[in-house]
Amino acid sequence: MLYQLEGSQAVARAIALCRPEVVCAYPITPQTHIVEGVGELVRSGQLKNCQYLNVESEMAAISVAIGSEAAGVRSYTATSSQGLLYMMEAVYNASGLELPIVMTLGNRAIGSPLNIWNDHADAMSARDAGWLMLFAENNQEAADLHIQAFKIAETLRLPVMVCMDGFILTHAYEKVDLPDQNEVDEFLPPYKPAFSLDPKHPCAIGAMVSPGDFMEVRYMAHRRQLEACSVIEKIGTEFNAKFKRNMGGLLRTYQIENAETVVVAMGSVLGTIKDTVDELNHMSGDDKFGVLSLVSYRPFPDKVICEALKNAKRVIVVEKALALGRGGILAHEVELALKGLDIEIITVVAGLGGRVITKAMLAEVFKQPKGNLIFLGLNEDVIRREYKTVLDERGA
Amino acid sequence: MFQIRIHGRGGQGVVTAAEMLSIAAFLEGKDAQAFPSFGSERMGAPVVAFCRISEKEIRSREPILNPDAIIVQDKTVIEPARAFDGIVDNGFVLINSPVDVETDLKNARVKCIGATEIALEQVGRPIPNAVLLGSFAALTGIIKIDSVIKAINTKFSGKIAEKNVKAAQVAYEKTLGER
Repeated sequence: MLYQLEGSQAVARAIALCRPEVVCAYPITPQTHIVEGVGELVRSGQLKNCQYLNVESEMAAISVAIGSEAAGVRSYTATSSQGLLYMMEAVYNASGLELPIVMTLGNRAIGSPLNIWNDHADAMSARDAGWLMLFAENNQEAADLHIQAFKIAETLRLPVMVCMDGFILTHAYEKVDLPDQNEVDEFLPPYKPAFSLDPKHPCAIGAMVSPGDFMEVRYMAHRRQLEACSVIEKIGTEFNAKFKRNMGGLLRTYQIENAETVVVAMGSVLGTIKDTVDELNHMSGDDKFGVLSLVSYRPFPDKVICEALKNAKRVIVVEKALALGRGGILAHEVELALKGLDIEIITVVAGLGGRVITKAMLAEVFKQPKGNLIFLGLNEDVIRREYKTVLDERGA
Repeated sequence: MFQIRIHGRGGQGVVTAAEMLSIAAFLEGKDAQAFPSFGSERMGAPVVAFCRISEKEIRSREPILNPDAIIVQDKTVIEPARAFDGIVDNGFVLINSPVDVETDLKNARVKCIGATEIALEQVGRPIPNAVLLGSFAALTGIIKIDSVIKAINTKFSGKIAEKNVKAAQVAYEKTLGER
């Protein structure tokens, strides 16, 4: 059924449709409305048989989810930014212990300086933590990805992080089609854990692994990540056939058939990018520009990306994160996927800490990118002034 | 696509106004998107919220730079917030003020209404958002007053909803009469 909802509420309802039995809640902007929304659904009785736990920190949120998941119970939590950093030690444990927790990350910049607005620095900090990471382009996809996420997680016994842009999606009202409970029940059967901690059948998990075995354990985890590509694709296809949508999967392409330049991005900026590309193609009367929406960042679908981009002359990666002293993060991964092909790759670092991204700004760099590493909307005057101060301080 | 920018101060229901507008448009079968100026909402601080209404799918998420309509919930933010920036030719400007406000807008349809006064009278609280939406429906014809009423009833319940609906209706009739 169609609703006009805040993104956070749409996700809260989607979570409830997945019938988690434990939800760990700790507030942090801009994710807070999601766990508040789930709490309200538990209180009102719409989400039954669910323990809603107000924990004392993010570290506790993920730790409790690890505990309940290890006891064989479908578990959910959500966080943002510093909250994810605070839980990081246990984030690695969740994947290492093969626990299919689903967590929403309401993407937000990482301080210092303190900034509550959107970028992808938080997600990037977890890129090697062994979680699957899916990015939502709009609120429909945010809701749909959560329903897919539980199934993907439980099929692979791997935790899934669903990333949705803080404020831009979490606080935006838009139309969302939420499925009926019976439809979701058909798609997502009750959780049957492969193992669980049970006093009647004692077992241990998380035992110390010696140097003699550690490499093998890590290699197996690496291999499962690679295999996750086909599972994500299959479950996405199944979901879209059932719910008549085109959401999730590994990636989506837009107007790339004859495109010389393809723009690659993740998350909510893709809507603005598509409108920009449409306007550019319309103005020039051809279809030189196309878009690749990357949904699955972990696993990184090298082969599918390479197949989609192989005919492009230029690839522009627009990303909301920055590896200090290095440049793009997503762009380097795209570069690796396209290794050996004669394709120019340009990195556009954009929207850090909630910096506005407009169609006009994007159109300018898409038409005539100046350099291979561009900082969209960077105020050069401020940089010159500040850098001069730095040099003066050094007495140079 | 019809784009609306709402200016005001934290606590005046600016963000809620944009959300209710989007709900009203949704109820009429349109695509609608409402979003705040992202997290800067504090009591008393200048706040901006945006709403797009379209027959087609809305994808862009840039702030509204060229609004077809501007609603000003608090006229003291007009100058500091540059509230009229980018307005389209012949656009609508709805200002919360019991007396006419001088503007240097040449090609805009400017309307002033004492929304705070109506809110105080009808609701008993100085929250002008529902009143302005009633007036907006009459001024622009972009959404129906019935949809505004349904949107108010979606966001609020009980006495508060009832009183805000009445306030919106009063403003709607008043604006229609003065058009």
